[in-house]
Amino acid sequence: MRYTQGAMAKPVEQRDGVIIRFAGDSGDGMQLTGDRFTSETALLGNDLSTLPDFPAEIRAPAGSLPGVSGFQLHFADHDILTPGDAPGVLVAMNPAALRTNLADLPKGGTLIVNRDAFNERNLRKAGYTSNPLEDGSLGEFQVHDVPLTTMTVEALRGIEVTPREAERSKNMFALGLMSWLFGRPTEGTISFLERKFARSPAILQANVTAFNAGYAFGETSEGFSVSYEVKPAPLRPGTYRQITGNTALAYGLIAASRQSGLPLFLGAYPITPASGILEELARHKSFGVRTFQAEDEIAAVGAAVGAAFGGSLAVSTSAGPGIVLKAETVGLAVALELPLLILDIQRAGPSTGMPTKPEQADLLLVLFGRNSESPVPVLAASTPGDCFEVAVEAARIALKYRTPVYLLSDAYLANGSEPWLLPDVNALPDISVELTVEPPVDGEFLPYTRDVDTLARPWALPGTPGLEHRIGGLEKEDGTGNVSYDPDNHDLMTRLRARKVAGIAADIPELEVDDPGGAELLVLGWGGTYGPIAAGIRRVREAGGSVAHAHLRYLNPFPRNTGEVLRRYDRVLVPELNLGQLLRLIRAEFLVDAVGYNRVRGVPFRSSELAEAIEAML
Amino acid sequence: MTGGARGEGNGGGLIQLTAKDFKSDQEVRWCPGCGDYAILAAVQGFMPELGLPRERIVFISGIGCAARFPYYMQTYGMHSIHGRAPAIATGLSVSRPDLSVWVVTGDGDALSIGGNHLIHALRRNVNVKILLFNNQIYGLTKGQYSPTSEAGKVTKSTPMGSIDHPFNPVSIALGAEATFVARTIDTDKKHLTAVLRKAALHRGTAFVEIYQNCNIYNDGAFDAVREQRENRILLEHGMPIRFGADGERGVAQRADGTCELVEVAAVGEGALLRHDEHAVEPALAFALSRLAHTPHGPTPIGVFRDVERPVYDEVMQAQLDAATAQRGHGDLAALIGSGDTWQIG
Repeated sequence: MRYTQGAMAKPVEQRDGVIIRFAGDSGDGMQLTGDRFTSETALLGNDLSTLPDFPAEIRAPAGSLPGVSGFQLHFADHDILTPGDAPGVLVAMNPAALRTNLADLPKGGTLIVNRDAFNERNLRKAGYTSNPLEDGSLGEFQVHDVPLTTMTVEALRGIEVTPREAERSKNMFALGLMSWLFGRPTEGTISFLERKFARSPAILQANVTAFNAGYAFGETSEGFSVSYEVKPAPLRPGTYRQITGNTALAYGLIAASRQSGLPLFLGAYPITPASGILEELARHKSFGVRTFQAEDEIAAVGAAVGAAFGGSLAVSTSAGPGIVLKAETVGLAVALELPLLILDIQRAGPSTGMPTKPEQADLLLVLFGRNSESPVPVLAASTPGDCFEVAVEAARIALKYRTPVYLLSDAYLANGSEPWLLPDVNALPDISVELTVEPPVDGEFLPYTRDVDTLARPWALPGTPGLEHRIGGLEKEDGTGNVSYDPDNHDLMTRLRARKVAGIAADIPELEVDDPGGAELLVLGWGGTYGPIAAGIRRVREAGGSVAHAHLRYLNPFPRNTGEVLRRYDRVLVPELNLGQLLRLIRAEFLVDAVGYNRVRGVPFRSSELAEAIEAML
Repeated sequence: MTGGARGEGNGGGLIQLTAKDFKSDQEVRWCPGCGDYAILAAVQGFMPELGLPRERIVFISGIGCAARFPYYMQTYGMHSIHGRAPAIATGLSVSRPDLSVWVVTGDGDALSIGGNHLIHALRRNVNVKILLFNNQIYGLTKGQYSPTSEAGKVTKSTPMGSIDHPFNPVSIALGAEATFVARTIDTDKKHLTAVLRKAALHRGTAFVEIYQNCNIYNDGAFDAVREQRENRILLEHGMPIRFGADGERGVAQRADGTCELVEVAAVGEGALLRHDEHAVEPALAFALSRLAHTPHGPTPIGVFRDVERPVYDEVMQAQLDAATAQRGHGDLAALIGSGDTWQIG
């Protein structure tokens, strides 16, 4: 298709929702392009959900298949739950991006490619023996092969940037074109570029010019005969922003610090996909946040235990390979009965696995991956925005019950984003702690006496006169905390620690069920699969199927009505991004003959596959 | 549980504590004759000199015989897990700069399983005092060779002799950028106390290796310096380094920078190395540490190095203060509403 430029006003078509995927080389700036398009979309008031998909390698060889980086965005005029199963529009910046993503584009889908990148060298690197733009193999799609590089370089003629810098601005040209195609506001991107390149006027000018040129190209070229409009979604009133799971966790921890009145301490070692939390918290020292980048995962959680002893709200963040290393220290925290939060941003494994890809396979690890009887409460976040609330709730439980608490997120929630209705900070729960500050009248402080309701032990901080005491990993005598090898005492202490954690069930909400009435099948999920499961259920219901949905935030202890809910249904389906871990737990605990739907492909569930799995059980 | 310390700050110098105030009610359970008893007595005897009430002092240990130490101190304390005490103490110290934090560790705890935490605490210069009880053996697990055991050592796990080359703890500390490094002996209460005093005064991490006799599994390991006092090369700042029964021997520096033992009569006093614990570069201190890789002959005792460098805890606090001065106290509503926001309804 040849592009000539005309100036006629073009018709605008209404769409209720669009799924776009930007794909290019790791160096092509696809994440930035996706981010900016998302911001424009958010400001327009669409509901949205994003899925960045990038390789662990920072810059794999240019043009190669492993070097392809993608960003998918789903936006609509109604509430949506996932980044979408398959894109309706694919932007492919080079042959490798086309090759790795084309299979996901449905027939009739829109394909926008950078024709300039389809040279012999790139085609060969992507494994093409003939040029797909010329061999007719793309006949089933609406193809726009745009010479993005050439047009960008031409548009920047006269601006003092190197040829390489000019060429690198092509992602802004593409963004401008897409902004026109979907009627996105452009002011946000212009001011973003102004901030980003404030110190390099020429680069700023190049990027803005490329962006505007792309927009104008869409407006005038004959290749694009219509543009599309997606109206704002009727979301709940309030102030919104985009948020990723990792940012929401960081904010939630700061909120928990404020609501507890305790200073926040984070011990962390860089690991994908958890590092973003460390980086975010390191920026907020004016909140009294201390971030400690430790020498290893063990020191990271060890320092957190030390800070907890000193009275901080202490946190350690990691992903599976680091969580394994922290296990012994978490066991120590169980014995010390000190509050501690451990955040596991799950990724595909075992071992190093696929560091940037999501999985839910650490559930049994955090529940049971310690020596001996070592009960730890476990919570899981269900959406990026939910990460905020779950962080506060996990802190509440840790502080109130003087226990380490695991909070599970995953690589999908960590990097994915959605509009987030800002919470009213004045309505956040009070999670302040009653510290022991007065020595007992009879003179002897007993660090292992227990509150009759919570079974929590007193928390007396170093610096408090008259309450000097020693705690440790050796078994302690009930009450005094002195070292004890007494058989009955060990049995008692083991049961007390278990009862304390089990008793939290009385202090958490019951499991809610979304049941339109009369459903015989319950779909039970947990954690980051909430969106795809809810979207799959919506599809089934739209097709007339009757199915109930419950989603667990609390994995240990389970909500007190969990067994009752499960027994209410003839059939229970448990979709998980693992080989059946929650499934195993509920079968063992509630003797329910549930079945699993399990995939470990390193990608989120597609709502269509879940809809099929549900349909098959109706 | 009462005592002079209760409720008093350390501002007025009014605290009149004695060694007895630092004895907890727990029965000490080391083997009779263990060097740990002498160290415990010396530390308890020194504690009143800190001028701090007991509640401001914290002892943190890992695992091993030495690690039982906190139970016997009437201060705050934590007996943690193997090798991790420096990491735990780091978290406590940086989050509570008002506390005096001490780590008690052993050669296996600090130099084997916890080696990584030790070196990183030292390079960061966290404000903790690390007392390494070196007995060159695993005692609590009943007698396997340790990372400081001499090569060839026959133990239960090395029936034909250890094939490991041992660590020299002082060399390790110096190589790890430590700002305070010293060595002393369990039974020499006066020297031990003097070293503790200097360690306590030091701002940042202080590393003190204490030769400690395990009379059950490695009796006599340090006799060459513990019993034969003429082998103690006492390091004193600014003084020519001399030792021997009548100071007849000394330490001189070779052209290549290494140290050698010399007869003072042969080389003359002017040829002796003058000790400088404040030397900016640790090269001389390192050369001194190499005089005795394991203590089988003349061995340096005392402060090898004592220099100033920014203290991790203080720099972290300064960053918090600077951020707050720049932006004011954090405002949660402003934080979560930062960036691009939009209104619905």
